[in-house]
Amino acid sequence: MSEKQSKFHGLLFLFFFITGMILSVWVVLRNGWWLPELASDRETIDKIFVTIFIIAGILFILSELSLSFFVLKYSGDPNRRAFYLPGNTKKEILWSILPGTLVVIILEISAEFLGGASLWGRIYGEVPKDAFLVEITGEQFAWNVRYPGPDGKFGKTDPKLISTDNPLGIDISDEAAKDDIVFPAGQGILYLPLNRPVVFLIRSKDVIHSPYLPNFRVKQDAVPGMTTRTWFVPKKEGEFELACAELCGLGHYRMKLPVVVEPAEKVEEWLREQTPAADLYY
Amino acid sequence: MSVEHAAVEVHHKESFLTKYIFSTDHKTIARQYLITGIIWGVIGMILSWFMRLQLAYPNQPMPFLEKILGRWAEGGILKPEFYVALITMHGTIMVFFLLTAGLSGTFSNYLIPLQIGARDMAFPVLNMLSYWVFFAASVVMLISFFVQTGPAGAGWTMYPPLSAIKSAIPGADVGATLWLISMGLFIVSSLLGALNYITTTLNYRTKGMSMWRLPITVWGMFVTAILGLLSFPVLLAGAVMLIFDREFGTSFFVPGGLVVGGQPVPHEGGNPILWQHLFWFLGHPEVYIVLLPAVSLVGEILATNARKPLFAYKVSVGALIGIGALSMIVWGHHMYVSGMNPILGEVFVITTLAISFPTAILIFNYLVTIWRGNLRLTPGMLFALGFLGLFIPGALTGAFLATAPVDIQLHDTYFVVAHFHFTMATAAAFGMFAGVYHWFPKMFGRMMNDKLGKIHFWGTFIGVYLIFFPMFFQGIAGVPRRYYSFTEYNFTSQFVGLNKFITIAAFVAGATQLIFLFNFFWSMFKGPKADKNPWKANTLEWQTDSPPPHGNWGPELPVVYRGPYEYSVPGAEEDYIPQTVPIKVEAK
Repeated sequence: MSEKQSKFHGLLFLFFFITGMILSVWVVLRNGWWLPELASDRETIDKIFVTIFIIAGILFILSELSLSFFVLKYSGDPNRRAFYLPGNTKKEILWSILPGTLVVIILEISAEFLGGASLWGRIYGEVPKDAFLVEITGEQFAWNVRYPGPDGKFGKTDPKLISTDNPLGIDISDEAAKDDIVFPAGQGILYLPLNRPVVFLIRSKDVIHSPYLPNFRVKQDAVPGMTTRTWFVPKKEGEFELACAELCGLGHYRMKLPVVVEPAEKVEEWLREQTPAADLYY
Repeated sequence: MSVEHAAVEVHHKESFLTKYIFSTDHKTIARQYLITGIIWGVIGMILSWFMRLQLAYPNQPMPFLEKILGRWAEGGILKPEFYVALITMHGTIMVFFLLTAGLSGTFSNYLIPLQIGARDMAFPVLNMLSYWVFFAASVVMLISFFVQTGPAGAGWTMYPPLSAIKSAIPGADVGATLWLISMGLFIVSSLLGALNYITTTLNYRTKGMSMWRLPITVWGMFVTAILGLLSFPVLLAGAVMLIFDREFGTSFFVPGGLVVGGQPVPHEGGNPILWQHLFWFLGHPEVYIVLLPAVSLVGEILATNARKPLFAYKVSVGALIGIGALSMIVWGHHMYVSGMNPILGEVFVITTLAISFPTAILIFNYLVTIWRGNLRLTPGMLFALGFLGLFIPGALTGAFLATAPVDIQLHDTYFVVAHFHFTMATAAAFGMFAGVYHWFPKMFGRMMNDKLGKIHFWGTFIGVYLIFFPMFFQGIAGVPRRYYSFTEYNFTSQFVGLNKFITIAAFVAGATQLIFLFNFFWSMFKGPKADKNPWKANTLEWQTDSPPPHGNWGPELPVVYRGPYEYSVPGAEEDYIPQTVPIKVEAK
């Protein structure tokens, strides 16, 4: 240690983090950059998010400020020696393990005990019996939407039957298929009933897609060769957006499906007005 | 632990070819890795500039782009398929070529033999092969930029069917084949490296260098090598299977009944999720393969420049091992919404949150190491401190993504982009910069310029924050990643203005790297000559010449008498006691 270290770097660290934190808070509040308005029953996700945000925020501020403060306070001086902490005493081991344990306990509590695990179980568990079913099938770069019709059952599909007229390959010889209502890719919207459980059956015709409804806290990959499922309850009327969240090709960024939530009766009425598959595919 | 047989052949004649090109000297190989890594880093950064230009000015013709990129930017507007190729290649290059080969290849090669007191690696010829196979991988990856359909374009994760069906995207054509071949070579190269690092660390330690006297750097490289050896072969298997699916009609990853662009696909019975498991079984340890060397370089540099023993050395080493072990069982947190069995999701939540335990320990130990130290703020030290400053928000935001229900919302958004750029990308790059500044005098025998190094640090540190911190909020607001433009949705278009800001920051931070490049190459030839031990450090490499001669040590191998971190010991004359100083000297 030959020369005295300037306080410049310590001050700059401190200045950077303090102004940075204040500026970020100001910019974020001013622009309202936050989770999109919640429109479903998945408020638990928001609750856990906010809890972790507060804990992580405090830990972030504490650790960055102590880092900056240490750099400022302890920058070197040739007339001083570093404080000697002898290696590996029991105390030292205890002290180093303690904060790790605390962090994990705090995180586990916020993640699991605020209802995270039970929400997960609910999303992937039994679907309510009176649920409103919709099938969403991704293809490059739009979504096919199918409603089961009055019988509440989706008819069989067969990839061999897929054509420009029958984009999902619906097998019209199947009784359950006859009343299905199909909106080919790019021509439909997602009409959802308010306050009624909605089940998405999610499929893909080509590559992996992932329907993502930011306002509903819903995202589930569409995996070719299988049907994935998720369910939620829309809690707000209005117009929303469904985007694709899994890279699916050059049009990934524009694979949009408009979403409209209206009272259940209105949705039912609208569905009754649509042409069933039997009248479209012979 | 005798290695004297290696001493016999120390002074044989070397031609230019065997000294600089096909060298078996670990120090030369390390420098080859470093320079190749820097070249890749520059390429990767330039690719990110094209992405940033597109995001800041979507659909605005920029005629100069057409001049540079030709058919990929007809009319000055970047093509979306090229944007996908850019994100793919940026990720691949930065993660594998810069932060795996560039980082591990440089510092494992350079430091392991020097810090354990060996003359070279256990298998010098394998070591040379490791570099040249990596070089071949680099050439193949570079060639893919010039094929008609462009380089690979399915994300660095290469999820099939997008990567398996050639008509799904132009980047799934020849570019993807070349990507898979290049990655295959790359994996062979890193396996050869890892074998060497493990064997050398276990068998070539000099007299007195017990495992508990190893500098934390060697521990970090050692754990990294084990991780690589266990996980890379799985991706190699996956890559071979994907090549078979693409070229020879098998169906490991492609199910039946697919219709791409109106044409039926002749595959039957595969499962795309299988690839995700194979990929992330490597992919997640890979994050730590990138991170652990950086973390351990930082630990070494912090202790040396704080003039204090590394706090709780043994616990820190335990934490490194713990992170390594846990990293093998957390890969599923990349797949919460992939359609895999949701019960598995809950298991991975627990393992993933568990990894925050050793990580928190390590960061805390590092903070305590500088607490009440006598800090010497060299550029290397600043970058080590900067590593902590970047890693902290990165690690903390991991808690959001580890929690499966919150991940439903944040998965594949810019939140993830910001998170991994802080935790592993820029943090590891800072670890690498710290390492370069710190060991440059040893590597090249000359000092780098201090002032330029500090300017480089501040430009980069502030730049990284300005680039990636706003992305957390883009992600919270729901913006999906890998989007060619933010203009299509109401919830994304609010950020077009912020994107301009980020792009400017990216260009400024990128330009700051020119200062580093100048400093690096200028100092290599014109920098002031370095002493043996300019940082007054304890570890063995600082007890030999700068740069060390072929064979590293004189006729006698160094003998180790103490641990690596005896800094500021009360009663000692100097504030450091090298590992080679016998104990009795210090006794009163």
